[in-house]
Amino acid sequence: MRNLRRFTTVILGGLQLVMSLLTTEPVLAKNQEIKEFLLDNGLKVIILEDHSSPTATFQVWYKVGARNEVTGRTGISHLLEHMMFKGTQQHGKGEFSRIIARNGGNENAFTGKDYTAYFERFSSDRLALSVELESDRMANLLLDEREFQLERDVVKEERRLRTEDDPVATVVEEVYAAAYKVHPYGSPVIGWMSDLDAMTVEALRSYYKLYYSPNNSTVVLVGDVNAEEILPNIREHFGKIPRGPVPPKVLSKEPLQLGERRIHVKKEAQLPFLMVAYHVPNIGHPDEYALEVLEKIVSQGESSRLYRKFVYETQMASYVGGDYARVSADPTLFYFYGGLRPERKVEELERGILEEIERLKREPVNDQELEKAKNQIEAAFIFGRDSNFYQAMQIGILETIGVGYRALESFVPNIRKVTKEDLMRVARTYFTPENRTVGILIPEKKEKSSSGPGF
Amino acid sequence: MKCLRWSLISLLALAAFPTMSFSLGTIDRTVLSNGVVLLTYPRPTLPIVYVSMRLRAGSVFDPAGKTGLSHMVARLLTRGTLQRSAREISEAIDFVGGELGAASDEDYALVTLKVLKKDVALGMDLFSDILLQPAFLPEEIERQRSETLSEIIHDKDDPGKVADKVFSQIVYGGHPYGLPTEGLETTIPGITREDIVRFHETYYRPNAAIVAIVGDVSVEETRALAEKYLGTWVRKDVPPIAAAQLPVPSSPVVKVIDKDLTQANIILGHPGIRRGNPDYYAVFIMNYILGGGGFSSRLLTNIRDERGLAYSVGSAFDTKYATGAFHVSLQTKNSTANEAIRESLREMRKIRQELVRAEELQEAKDYLTGSFPLRLDSNAKIADYLTYVEFHELGLNYFEEFPRRLAAVTREDVLKAARSYLHPETFVLVVVGKEAEAKIHLDEGAPVESR
Repeated sequence: MRNLRRFTTVILGGLQLVMSLLTTEPVLAKNQEIKEFLLDNGLKVIILEDHSSPTATFQVWYKVGARNEVTGRTGISHLLEHMMFKGTQQHGKGEFSRIIARNGGNENAFTGKDYTAYFERFSSDRLALSVELESDRMANLLLDEREFQLERDVVKEERRLRTEDDPVATVVEEVYAAAYKVHPYGSPVIGWMSDLDAMTVEALRSYYKLYYSPNNSTVVLVGDVNAEEILPNIREHFGKIPRGPVPPKVLSKEPLQLGERRIHVKKEAQLPFLMVAYHVPNIGHPDEYALEVLEKIVSQGESSRLYRKFVYETQMASYVGGDYARVSADPTLFYFYGGLRPERKVEELERGILEEIERLKREPVNDQELEKAKNQIEAAFIFGRDSNFYQAMQIGILETIGVGYRALESFVPNIRKVTKEDLMRVARTYFTPENRTVGILIPEKKEKSSSGPGF
Repeated sequence: MKCLRWSLISLLALAAFPTMSFSLGTIDRTVLSNGVVLLTYPRPTLPIVYVSMRLRAGSVFDPAGKTGLSHMVARLLTRGTLQRSAREISEAIDFVGGELGAASDEDYALVTLKVLKKDVALGMDLFSDILLQPAFLPEEIERQRSETLSEIIHDKDDPGKVADKVFSQIVYGGHPYGLPTEGLETTIPGITREDIVRFHETYYRPNAAIVAIVGDVSVEETRALAEKYLGTWVRKDVPPIAAAQLPVPSSPVVKVIDKDLTQANIILGHPGIRRGNPDYYAVFIMNYILGGGGFSSRLLTNIRDERGLAYSVGSAFDTKYATGAFHVSLQTKNSTANEAIRESLREMRKIRQELVRAEELQEAKDYLTGSFPLRLDSNAKIADYLTYVEFHELGLNYFEEFPRRLAAVTREDVLKAARSYLHPETFVLVVVGKEAEAKIHLDEGAPVESR
């Protein structure tokens, strides 16, 4: 489906080593090798040389995101990300973006629950600019009061655009908030509106000081580069930044859920939407592979169970899916969702999805289905290598959440080991009524809309 | 959830800039005896193959009252052929972890395939089967009709799409570009199997097809694959897309659509240019400076950076084959809608009044030429780009030609382009938001029509 699938959830794709173990192709990419360096100030640098196009991606990953935020200060990680483009002593407001653009580069940043990351994509001969500019803003951000006021307004517009005026996104936000009562995964990355209103530039300054340091970050470089050539430059610029404080550990643990939680969102909308979420383990737990395979069985392609049943056969839904946010620092959610067709009842879809979930516990999947899911995961793993950016993302996330990029090497072999029994076992373990949070969008029609436009 | 600082570039910029300067090396162009143009670019670094076909079979050919026909045809391709049921097709492609899809745009239908190298024969067999021998079974047509109708209804919850649809309908007047490719609630029920079969017979022809095959296949292998799987396709004349001239309104047209939203979704623009317009390059650079250019454009600097009014704001010339449109689009809280509209118009006027600064022009050229390799850094991007260049008859030397054309653009050309192709006095403005809070009014006092 459209709105729900997050950029961060599925980590496939990968490295030379795994592939040569797994396929009959003799050598997949001779030119690939990951190199890892640790600077004295604690900065980790990871370089993957991939010479298939004359481009490269430079990324800086900070180990900070919504997960590190406290009550009353949600959205601070993301707002700080925006402020990172507002200038340093040396490079004033807007200059960063202008320099990159003038050199034919694209740049941006993203914030998630576990991380904040910055990137530039370039023709590979321009990488020195990334080194200079990223190291500068790691240490010397201005954080000007007036710029802060303006940028907070921009972020509030972003929240209105992404969440407040999107009924489905509102349900997702509410389901997370209901499923997590203790752990910060219950708060939205963009922050609650009242927290944005209450934010101060002083809070951002201390947050920056605490989390933006070489020892709390990873530099990832993927593309047409030579590690030996660029490394001295990285050492020179990043190496002179002093080690920062050790950020506090996130200690929250979500307690076991003891009964179903149910939320309703009433909003102007055309058709109902349903989301059914369960707490499940994240990457690092032995069940991660079975859950990943289950996600494919229910959701990948038009032959998947949910699509076939609810979109194709019963035509109850316009779209359906399942999503497992496997790659996260702490235990996560596996959720099922669907948007109704006109004249169909949300209760009917909920019953149907719960019945499909029961079936996963009751009946083993057939051999063909299991093999298909594994093939899909393996193929996606290979397709993922057609993008520098995607490969850098994978490495960056795995490093940031503390798992390490080597998890990529064992991913496909472990997927291949998943059995039908594993699938039934994990479905029985996690997809229980007590562990469930259900969210429903109840459309409210405005009187006026009956005479509204035809669109 | 992930929050990007700015994600609009893909929405606003792409329509206006799929381009650049940089040599791809050897692209092989072959025309099969039945007229299929085959473009090949071997890229053996990964064991994958990407196939992309553009067919002159877009919604521009939808007959009056049958809006959505080309879309329905494209969507039905994977829903059953003379040999395979819809289930068998999805099962076959899913089993190998590949992707096979078909969709329709205004100008063309797009059929794409992504498979591992080892599955290329299976993939091409499916690709050819859905293209050449779709069954268009009545039950699949009904299923597709219901799917499309409910998607149209779901889209009403996306205020940006609502604004865009109303805007296009007004700007393109009676031209088919003005109607949504997926169709209307009023036209989808009336599309018959005969319409579908006739459309497919008429437009799905080899001489209207351009296919690019990029990945771990040699030129020889590619030719053999194309001959084997597309060689039996029978040629028949297909009508060209006729260039069209859109009337510019004589005074502003304003539509406000009242919805219970926190933001006003604003789209403001007017008729633009077709891809083949000789002034394309000057217009392209002018738009980059005005609102197409990443984080440094004038609209973004003014409306986002200096006023904090919007998260995303930009402008684009959507240059289609027959004609095109220009628009500025942004979202801002209802209470600042008028201010954002005023500033958008101010920027449009300013770029028509004064020469752009020399360094602004240089920065635009530097970005547009320098970022070219990024547009061609994956198999999918290369395949898509090759068929785009061929579809618009830009020639395979386009990759060298483009930077030359950009380099030749002067500040005076930019001014002239702005004066010829921006109309800040006679535009169409569509606002989807909360009417009572937005209180849309133009300084000039144009009548506001609410719906």
